[in-house]
Amino acid sequence: MDALLLQILNGLDKGSAYALIALGLTLIFGTLGVVNFAHGALFMIGAFCSVTLNKILNLSSTTIDETQKDFLGNPLKVKTPYVESWFGEVAGQSIIEWSVPLAIIFAIPIMLAIGVIMERGLIKHFYKRPHADQILVTFGLAIVLQEVVKAFFGANPIQTPAPDALSGVLDLGGAIGLQLSYPVWRITYFFFSVIVIGGVFAFLQFTTFGMVVRAGMQDRETVGLLGINIDRRFTIMFGVAAAVAGLAGVMYTPINPPNYHWGMDFLVLSFVVVVVGGMGSLPGAVLAGFLLGILESFASTTWATTTIPGINQIIIYLVAIIILLVRPRGLMGREGVMEE
Amino acid sequence: MLNLNQRDTGTFLFVIIIAVLAPFIMNPFPTDSAMAQFNAGYPDLMQRFVIFGIFAIGFNILFGLTGYLSFGHAAFLGVGSYAAVWMFKLLSYNIVPALFLSVIIAGIFSLFIGFLCLRRSGIYFSILTLAFAQMSFAIAYSVLSNPKFNLTNGETGLQVYADDIQLFQVENLTTPHLFGWTMNTTYELTLSAWDFQFNVGYYVSACVMLFMFYISIRIFRSPFGLMLRAVKTNQTRLNYTGVNTRPHTLAAFVISGMYAGLAGGLLASMDPLAGAERMQWTASGEVVLMTILGGAGTLLGPLLGAGFIKYFENILSKINDNVLHAWFQYLPEWLENSLVWVLHWFTGKGWHLTLGLLFMIIVIFLPGGLMDGANRIREALRGRKAKKNLQTPVE
Amino acid sequence: MSILEVQNVNKSFGGLKALQNVNLKVEEGTIHAIIGPNGAGKSTLLNCFVGKLVPDTGSVIFDGQSLLQKKPHEINQMGVSRVFQTPEIFTDLTVFENVMIPCFAKRDGSFERNAWKPVTNESEIRDRAEQMLIDVNMIEKRDMIASSLSRGDKRRLEMAMCLSQSPKLLLLDEPTAGMARADTESTIELLKEIQDRLQITMAIIEHDMGVVFSLAQKISVLAQGTVIAEDLPDAIRSNSKVKEAYLGTAAED
Repeated sequence: MDALLLQILNGLDKGSAYALIALGLTLIFGTLGVVNFAHGALFMIGAFCSVTLNKILNLSSTTIDETQKDFLGNPLKVKTPYVESWFGEVAGQSIIEWSVPLAIIFAIPIMLAIGVIMERGLIKHFYKRPHADQILVTFGLAIVLQEVVKAFFGANPIQTPAPDALSGVLDLGGAIGLQLSYPVWRITYFFFSVIVIGGVFAFLQFTTFGMVVRAGMQDRETVGLLGINIDRRFTIMFGVAAAVAGLAGVMYTPINPPNYHWGMDFLVLSFVVVVVGGMGSLPGAVLAGFLLGILESFASTTWATTTIPGINQIIIYLVAIIILLVRPRGLMGREGVMEE
Repeated sequence: MLNLNQRDTGTFLFVIIIAVLAPFIMNPFPTDSAMAQFNAGYPDLMQRFVIFGIFAIGFNILFGLTGYLSFGHAAFLGVGSYAAVWMFKLLSYNIVPALFLSVIIAGIFSLFIGFLCLRRSGIYFSILTLAFAQMSFAIAYSVLSNPKFNLTNGETGLQVYADDIQLFQVENLTTPHLFGWTMNTTYELTLSAWDFQFNVGYYVSACVMLFMFYISIRIFRSPFGLMLRAVKTNQTRLNYTGVNTRPHTLAAFVISGMYAGLAGGLLASMDPLAGAERMQWTASGEVVLMTILGGAGTLLGPLLGAGFIKYFENILSKINDNVLHAWFQYLPEWLENSLVWVLHWFTGKGWHLTLGLLFMIIVIFLPGGLMDGANRIREALRGRKAKKNLQTPVE
Repeated sequence: MSILEVQNVNKSFGGLKALQNVNLKVEEGTIHAIIGPNGAGKSTLLNCFVGKLVPDTGSVIFDGQSLLQKKPHEINQMGVSRVFQTPEIFTDLTVFENVMIPCFAKRDGSFERNAWKPVTNESEIRDRAEQMLIDVNMIEKRDMIASSLSRGDKRRLEMAMCLSQSPKLLLLDEPTAGMARADTESTIELLKEIQDRLQITMAIIEHDMGVVFSLAQKISVLAQGTVIAEDLPDAIRSNSKVKEAYLGTAAED
């Protein structure tokens, strides 16, 4: 029972990441009709926004403290981050410590801008080109983004710690008499993603903007005929999808130190999530994201990996095959989407 | 000749001549000159030209003719390599059974994957093939490399060990060979300042490539090939014309999978080692790029693209900062440094960035590939000539 | 003898009843028109003939065999060809290749196994395709890429592709939709000529009554998913129910 609950919880954080990426993929696919192979790269860039902010906050001025000596007997060089000298030691240190959550604010405008530039500068010109061209050009873009990040940050994963207040382990089971301790940050990540997903759905459901976008997902031409400037709305939608992927990346950094090939790692799995959830279905993407994340976590238990070695790495694909054979449209796929 | 029309005969002869004379053509610079680093006439690289040529020719039968964009063909290449190395381990270093098994296994594997993925078309198909390729990679990398059942030897890669069975092994042949003709034998010919290398492995691969190229021409010109092109243009019409598209696309998928398997088998024959990294999505992306760079749907395009990519991969990744500094040493220092700084991004370890940019540039500006570009230039020239001819009476 | 027999066909989408108890008989060697105002269920009915839709109940018998549960390519192999509302042709291929494909499909069945012998050696197929192009007056456009043809020529090409299979039944879905007056007339002439020369049975779905009166030997009128009249053209012209159905919706058009 304890183990079962723990595995479900373990699956939630990865599932949240899948769900957030798949949500953005589905939004872009549904609104623009483009499959964005660079979407994983956006997740990766988000993660590196967090890394960058952490580095910026740690920029330090070096002063020489004559009163102290290092082990060679020279005066000690003391590095003081500028933030500390500006805001005072206590405030400065807590700003640095909270760099990951702060990176959310830092990343939103950046990711929105990247999304809008991508759509206006590149994707826009590919609406009328064959699907193969769209795939290829975004695939090329994914490689470029990944290599640029690699050139700047190197090939090794970079540690980005969570704030102390959120980095401990929480005993969830105490109240109900179970042995269940779980990292606080993972819980934070789960709730964060639920809020983001909820926000996106509310935005689509309750605003006029969202209504038009949803109508556009159903039938682009008709909405265009109504005289609504749907193109601009789709540009914004692309920015939003990029921001969602970016935020998923920002918050994921304390769970796993980011590296440059995150993009492709997560992209392929997110595609599988989209296929399992049903192409073009937003709730399907979210549902499948969590389901597959939990499934993967169950497959990662020692019991599973000793029975079938490596099962944790292929379970998602196996499930996708079965789903595809039993329900070719995915869990919540609609008829007529991508079927011609 | 060989039941080809005049133009195809010309193309085929052209490829034969290039393949036979490659050790000369690829080696234009004297061995001691500074330009020698741009030579491509050494066995290892020439082998890769023709082997990846086979891979791309096969991929073109699927993508170029039917328009189905597969992102998973590296899986078949990898499977072919594993099959070949297993043949080395079990039977002997003779490459004939190895290549035979590579093609068969890759064929069976692609039949299975193709059957599942071809339930869908368009974007869906591409995603599914990508997912399958990643799954194959994961299977090869971890699932099938455990002590109980070790088929792929995981990270280390599959290779032949001294205690392997090798039922029919001949005493002195301890590297892959074709009935005693070892692949790594190289004959050298020195003509004044030039060193030309003739490698058995290259010529064997080139012969296989030529044979496979011939088959692909025949497929292109056959009624089956016509049907595949019709699939790309209008599936609805084809269905209502009494043609079942599924077996056609599946057949094309399996054929291209077998080409990939053969290429994988040949890779293992040149260097008897098979690793999972050959199956990764980057490798699949590379063959896609080769095909579109050269020109999807054209006969020569894939060969051209494979040669182009493999050449630049090899040359560019060799150029490090020291080489760059040596090139620009006669420039003013600030210019030298800034040029090196800029080029540093795209050479050496930055080769993948160049690859990605190339990918985008080709798709954006030249979707028809180099073959299309060449045609356009030719037409532009002809157009200018025609204009001149029109103008002459006026003068 | 009737070549196509539709009995008690019902089809609904969700709550919408698109077809209700449709009965229809197409006699061999005739031109049979199925007309009706927009939304009468003409296209749904046609899609039931070609295997795109399966009726909820009822039967569709062609040449003694049921068409239900059959795929489009199987139905074509039984001898039913279809002309689309907007011409469906192989736009990237040449006109000649366009006509060769149905010839191959007719001769070799639904899967083309010949991946070796060049198309250039298939003289039998080439002769047939060439003859077909001569018949529709397009032989001089033989080597053009089909996408560069005019709209009228695309229609002609599609017709040639269908006729090259010598179908037992040719289905035409609004063959003159969106055409200029002159094109419409030439299409009607073409159809008449084909009928005179080849005696092919045709079923024409049409919205425009004017087109079919001069062409059809028999007309079925479909309104709101049911056949309200089936008769000779002259009788249809004076049928009060038909007038009502058309006039009733004429205002909406």
